[in-house]
Amino acid sequence: MSTWASADPVSSGALLAVRDLKVTFPTEDGLVKAVDGLTFDLRAGETLGIVGESGSGKSVTSQAIMGLHRGSRAKVEGQIVFDGRDLLKIVDDDLRRMRGRDIAMIFQDPLSALHPYYTVGNQIVEAYRIHNDVSKAAARAHVIDMLDRVGIPNPQKRIDQYPHEFSGGMRQRAMIAMALVNSPRLIIADEPTTALDVTVQAQILNLLVDLQKEFGSSIIIITHDLGVVAELADNIMVMYGGKAVEGSSADEIFYEAEHPYTWGLLQSMPRIDAVKQARLQPIAGNPPSLINPPSGCAFHPRCAFRDDERLGCSSVVPRFEISDEHPTRCLIPQAERRAIFQTQIETRTA
Amino acid sequence: MTDLPTSGRTPDDEPAAASTSTATSTPSSAPTSTPTSTPTATPPSAHDASRDRTSGASGGRRFSRRRKAADDDVALGEVILEVTDLKKHFPMHTSGIIRRAADPVKAVDGISFSVRKGETLGLVGESGCGKSTAGRTLLQLLQPTSGSIRYKGKDVTNADPKELRKLRNEMQMVFQDPYGSLNPRQTVGTIIAAPFHIQGIKPEGGIKAEVQRLMERVGLNPEHYNRFPHEFSGGQRQRIGIARAVALRPKVIVCDEPVSALDVSIQAQVVNLLEDLQDEFELTYVFVAHDLAVIRHISDRVAVMYLGKIMELATRDELYENPLHPYTQALLSAVPIPDPRRENKRERILLKGDLPSPINPPSGCVFHTRCPRYREDLSEAERTRCTTEVPVIQGEEDHRVACHFAGPPKVDVI
Repeated sequence: MSTWASADPVSSGALLAVRDLKVTFPTEDGLVKAVDGLTFDLRAGETLGIVGESGSGKSVTSQAIMGLHRGSRAKVEGQIVFDGRDLLKIVDDDLRRMRGRDIAMIFQDPLSALHPYYTVGNQIVEAYRIHNDVSKAAARAHVIDMLDRVGIPNPQKRIDQYPHEFSGGMRQRAMIAMALVNSPRLIIADEPTTALDVTVQAQILNLLVDLQKEFGSSIIIITHDLGVVAELADNIMVMYGGKAVEGSSADEIFYEAEHPYTWGLLQSMPRIDAVKQARLQPIAGNPPSLINPPSGCAFHPRCAFRDDERLGCSSVVPRFEISDEHPTRCLIPQAERRAIFQTQIETRTA
Repeated sequence: MTDLPTSGRTPDDEPAAASTSTATSTPSSAPTSTPTSTPTATPPSAHDASRDRTSGASGGRRFSRRRKAADDDVALGEVILEVTDLKKHFPMHTSGIIRRAADPVKAVDGISFSVRKGETLGLVGESGCGKSTAGRTLLQLLQPTSGSIRYKGKDVTNADPKELRKLRNEMQMVFQDPYGSLNPRQTVGTIIAAPFHIQGIKPEGGIKAEVQRLMERVGLNPEHYNRFPHEFSGGQRQRIGIARAVALRPKVIVCDEPVSALDVSIQAQVVNLLEDLQDEFELTYVFVAHDLAVIRHISDRVAVMYLGKIMELATRDELYENPLHPYTQALLSAVPIPDPRRENKRERILLKGDLPSPINPPSGCVFHTRCPRYREDLSEAERTRCTTEVPVIQGEEDHRVACHFAGPPKVDVI
């Protein structure tokens, strides 16, 4: 990837180009700025990981792409260009034709995302027949094939069962089958394995990798688990307080993190492969308010490296230069940051 | 958890000495410095506790003296808690009008381990393996079906309520859900003060001062004494729960997934706090969690559970560097590592299928239905052994395994 995103979303050649996306929710306490000026590109066949903590705006972003805020009190601004069309401008009927066929979503909690009154097969057949003019019997055969592909044993029998008869891992497989049944070009997976046990998570992640190879879909995977994106993502965007703070290739994020928040996250995680158990290095403080976000850099109250006098971290809003190779929303000059991180590591090991 | 405080139990927010506003008719007149003549009096029930508290000094004891007396019993590194063949089965009934007894859910099915004073024992496993039930049964929040729990050498398995209350002075719990485990209608001060009221203990300097000291110790602003739980973030709420658990200076704390509801950056704060408190008060932790990275960080020894049984129990580094049970190996191998280059080279041991039902667990070794070693490496005769004979947990003191064919994995698991 040469740059994070180009200036013109239509000619950028990306499958999905998001420009200055803003989602706000009016509440009794004030306006919640859940997503505050997000810009990124996703190319065909690529996997983008969106990482952030609760309240960072990662799920709201995915809902905005799917158009799930339509008809609600939320206000969505900016551009979401999918295959040359701005999803925020097209009419509901057009969007409905695209949902499921071109863009599909895998939700975190398959028990609440699947309808409890209908059989699993019924729901997937419906999703297929909405977009394809085929007989019920043909659709059913296709769905059985799909269930088999996602690793559900005995699909002929399973297709007529209800969601409650499935285990958590099986339900998530059924969700994936539903998302893939129309071979969409973009799959948005919102915390697809968070509710699952680690051995089942490993099965599902493997399945996603295999199916992506087979179908060639682009994937946006939203998660708080850096381990999951390390396995799946080509590119990673780190979000904090509704904004992207850093975006780059997965390798860059993990080995050359630029933003103090990303760096802090990586340092604060206990590692299963850490032989020497040093004291954890938490990020001080709490996540920011989305109603009254901190002035200047949203991360400055928690940042160990802030320098108000020289850089004005609490007053100047840092920019996220999308033309950069590795855009980072931080006022500290890049060369300095690297030096600071290095000294931190050295003083700690000393 | 969400029940309203009954009038008789309404704990006052003021220090006992200054109290004139208790809901009950007799305000406490106990100056906190009064040493009591009956230090052994333990109130038999919650209502009696509040009666004691509000009717004078008889129920109060000097906090520091109690601490000192209890400290002498077990030295650091000695066994403080011993569990033998502990079982917890939940009875089930058939559906319909006539509800006959059906096969029970064997949530915990015969586990044995000991915990030494000052150490952290990690209990790890997937959902439904019985780790939380084990933790709760340890504290007898759930009545064990059979087996024994010995605390400081004394069998406390079937302690009567009076003895149990006394025991809870020394054994406490931190819960997973920082939202569900704090009464939304009580102020933080009331919540953290509850153990003092229930146990009828008057700390030196008064309850309010002690509660504020605790709040400060766990990293909360003592001025927030009168705030309600909803005014705090998840991490701060977990600190409230921790302050409540350490209020009585317990010896053993069962931590049931204390950090799994928290964001990564906050998780580290709480883990560090728990470690600091452990050093400061010589606490012993039984740490229940599903996150193998957190368990590796915090534990001295680790027990891996599956379907109500302990599969492998070893010192931390032994378990992570030399796992011998096929289940432990699969579990470790399934954890994604936040390191893409390493991640790309790893070979996963994938388990097939789902967790069997704890109502009707597989015969022989409960893991054999999903075991990669059973499937790939064993002869017919060996397999028969897995399906018929329940493996006994055995081995060296620092590394015990419940597998007929325990051995190192074929590939590196981490």
